[in-house]
Amino acid sequence: MGDNGQTKTLTLTKKDFVSDQEVRWCPGCGDYSILAQVQKVMPELGIPKEKIVFVSGIGCSSRFPYYMNTYGFHGIHGRAPTLATGIKAANPELSVWVITGDGDALSIGGNHFIHAIRRNIDLKIILFNNRIYGLTKGQYSPTSEFGKKTKSSPMGVIDYPIKPLSLAFSSEATFVARSIDGDPKHLASVIDRLAKHKGSGFVEVYQNCNIFNDGAYEYFSARDVRDDRTLYLEHGKPLIFGKDKNKGIRLNGVRPEVVTIGEGGVRVDDLLVHDETAQEPNLAYILGRLEYPEFPVPMGVFRAVQKPTYETMLEAQIAQDIKVKGPGNLEELLNSGETWLIGPDGDQQPAKFTA
Amino acid sequence: MNPMSTAPREDQAAPHHQLEELETVTIRFAGDSGDGMQLTGTQFTATSAIIGNDISTLPDFPAEIRAPLGSLPGVSGYQLNFSSHDIRTPGDEPDVLVAMNPAALKVNIKDLVPGGILVVNTDAFVEANLKKAGYEKNPLEDDSLSGYRVFKLPITKLTLSALDEVKLPHKQLERCKNFYALGLMYWLFDRPLQPTLDWIDEKFAKMPEVGRANKLAVKAAYNYADTTEIFTTHYHVGKAKIKPGKYRNIMGNEATALGFVAASQVAGLPLFYGSYPITPASDILHELSRHKNFGVKTFQAEDEIAAIGAAIGAAFAGNLGLTGTSGPGLALKSEFIGLAVMAEIPIVIINVQRGGPSTGLPTKTEQADLLQAMFGRNSECPVAIVAPATPADCFQMAIEASRIALTHMTPVVYLSDGYLGNGSEPWEIPSVKSLPTIEVKFRTDPTGFFPYLRDERTLARPWAIPGTPGLEHRIGGLEKQHITGNVNYDPDNHDFMVRLRAEKVARIAQDIPPVEVFGQPEGKVLVLGWGSTYGAITTAVEQLQAKGASVSSAHVRYLNPFPRNLGEVLSRFETVLIPELNLGQLALLVRAKYLVDAISFSKVKGKPFKVSELVNKINEYL
Repeated sequence: MGDNGQTKTLTLTKKDFVSDQEVRWCPGCGDYSILAQVQKVMPELGIPKEKIVFVSGIGCSSRFPYYMNTYGFHGIHGRAPTLATGIKAANPELSVWVITGDGDALSIGGNHFIHAIRRNIDLKIILFNNRIYGLTKGQYSPTSEFGKKTKSSPMGVIDYPIKPLSLAFSSEATFVARSIDGDPKHLASVIDRLAKHKGSGFVEVYQNCNIFNDGAYEYFSARDVRDDRTLYLEHGKPLIFGKDKNKGIRLNGVRPEVVTIGEGGVRVDDLLVHDETAQEPNLAYILGRLEYPEFPVPMGVFRAVQKPTYETMLEAQIAQDIKVKGPGNLEELLNSGETWLIGPDGDQQPAKFTA
Repeated sequence: MNPMSTAPREDQAAPHHQLEELETVTIRFAGDSGDGMQLTGTQFTATSAIIGNDISTLPDFPAEIRAPLGSLPGVSGYQLNFSSHDIRTPGDEPDVLVAMNPAALKVNIKDLVPGGILVVNTDAFVEANLKKAGYEKNPLEDDSLSGYRVFKLPITKLTLSALDEVKLPHKQLERCKNFYALGLMYWLFDRPLQPTLDWIDEKFAKMPEVGRANKLAVKAAYNYADTTEIFTTHYHVGKAKIKPGKYRNIMGNEATALGFVAASQVAGLPLFYGSYPITPASDILHELSRHKNFGVKTFQAEDEIAAIGAAIGAAFAGNLGLTGTSGPGLALKSEFIGLAVMAEIPIVIINVQRGGPSTGLPTKTEQADLLQAMFGRNSECPVAIVAPATPADCFQMAIEASRIALTHMTPVVYLSDGYLGNGSEPWEIPSVKSLPTIEVKFRTDPTGFFPYLRDERTLARPWAIPGTPGLEHRIGGLEKQHITGNVNYDPDNHDFMVRLRAEKVARIAQDIPPVEVFGQPEGKVLVLGWGSTYGAITTAVEQLQAKGASVSSAHVRYLNPFPRNLGEVLSRFETVLIPELNLGQLALLVRAKYLVDAISFSKVKGKPFKVSELVNKINEYL
């Protein structure tokens, strides 16, 4: 600091985004990886540091803003999208990021999650999904598996879990993606895409809580099985996966199915081709619901479409009103409606405002 | 002509009518909620204001949008007091009741003064309606109304016959009967028609046939009253002696909205209003949403919590952050108010109070959220509190609330109520030049910057908004270290910060005016009030003072902190009497802070105090 308030051309580095606070996540926590990738991507975006704001709720994920050397607001549980909405609406030039978790966004924050996304306000929402409540030490979350035994469910969870991506699609998110803490390169590229999207952007990051829910994603992300069990989405390319790149996804009616290329006459042309820009998210929604073991786990950008953002339309209405009525004149406003003058001798006449 | 004279005077146009001079009249219009009584009342009010009467109003809405036709819960009323002298209340009891149907009569007749004028729409007094109103017999046909001067008029039929050449559906024509009732009353009280005719032209410009029907109804009614012998006397209420100046009629919620627009202008900050519709505060959202050309951003959030969250976010980013609601909404906002206190963000939270608890009585007035505003958050969480005293005062106190929030970097709760919000009175329009200035200085210098540095005088922290280079910092709800603003759990630091936040709010007392005493500075009784009780209290005390009683009144518009001199003022009276529309909330605060044995006078009926109630109570202590 101390650059006299002048930021010239941006030669920012990752170090510029590291705050002076000691990071207090548990050693081995997946959050370190996410923090590192965000700090790596930030300098490349061409956005002045002072224009970046990180907003969070409550949870381990939500400690994130303290570790970023930007403006930050550690809010209350589940409500970061509301703070972020006000920040962005007040100053649309800011780059506003929301850091949240599976409990913060989908339990107490479910309502705000839906509406912030629905409005297509230009917020970059990253949800750290570790399928557990970490900060409060091990209760189940809305994304915990059915039957899971936790501190508050010793006989097993009887809630059916929710899929964050499904909720994001239902809320009409214009950018939807998924990545994982254990794949830093992939994570960095997804965060970069998120940063560049204009509109409600949502990324689910599979994150490992090594203390309260260790190994939650090993079933598909362990090194030896990852290639066979992960489907990397690429816009315009057919959905192919597997170590030997010989498996694919095609639609049978409205049901997706895994096929082996070459077997039973299946050719590459039969496979689904990924289209991020499809106006209706139906196919993206289907992809978002693919789960192991029936299917590989899809990663990458599911949807990226454009439509006018809330803050742009808000500004446009103001500009339009000024155009039609002229800039607000307070004297005129106070004197609007039926006015009358009381003269010094007590007589009165109706008055008309004159500028 | 002596305006105080009550001698009848021959009216030249119709020699069979007498014109009587009156000083003050209270009239109540009542009908089914679809009957347009609110419109009738507001038009009569506007006309009375324009011709120079002092006015004060009390709309009485039912809670439902449309209760079953003709039912008791569906009755909607509008009372106003108009006068040739200075008045501050809508009148204790109506002198005139216009009842458009049996239910309206049933609900309101007990309030009509003995010998008062009763005008009824006989067309509505049919068996079905009588039954719905709980009448076994038709009260127009027995002598149950013999104590009043009853005028039975087939208003619906008269309206339809006046409009018989208008090409509109029957139902639409029937709806014009509220304008017919208005026309009758205009004649009865010697009011001009032109202001209403002009208003109809403007309001119904896009529906000229409806506009024509309404105008015909008003004129026909006036002529009918003028040419028939129905009313033998009509009344004139002269111009009040009002201080010279420029005036307009204003409703409290409108004044609130304009006040915050004005505040944003004098502070030089864009206004951001986050809100969720709730009775009786929704009008503020409607009004503010129409002023986008002032850069006002209104945000109708998904719920009360998102509304204040967005306002706090906007304030963090440098706007004047504002949110508005009623009692239940304030309850929902508590956690976020706590965050704004810990993060020291300037916002104003409007609460237009209504009957509670819980959903309570949405359209009835009450002032029972004072303690919620003082204490309704976890832990030691002080906020400043202000409360306007009249509908027009809503304007000035909005600017005051903003000034306090922005100068002291603290949330401020602005306590209005349904009676103020929907009530109206003439307002002397201030010139923009005369408005107070609010100086706002964003921090820009990074040298020596810490988020929790303290202003020596106010203890406010610097306002460093995102977008300012070199001042990047993080704030939030966890306890903060003094000066650095880092998250900190140290015991001594916490004790220190809790006390510092309390002291910051206490120091606002340096910046607010002393409370004024109406009457002698010492005496037997001091009547202390806050919020909308101002009108009734001042009128009661004035009446008693005129009889030589040793009574004064004082009205607090700043509830936290109290004005610096309040304790001293209280000490100079033998008895401090505090009338409140709650069970004694200001009384509790005053007793605790000043160790004075203040007496609480409670009324929790969803209605304002009557002047007579207060006079009787005060007399007990004289």
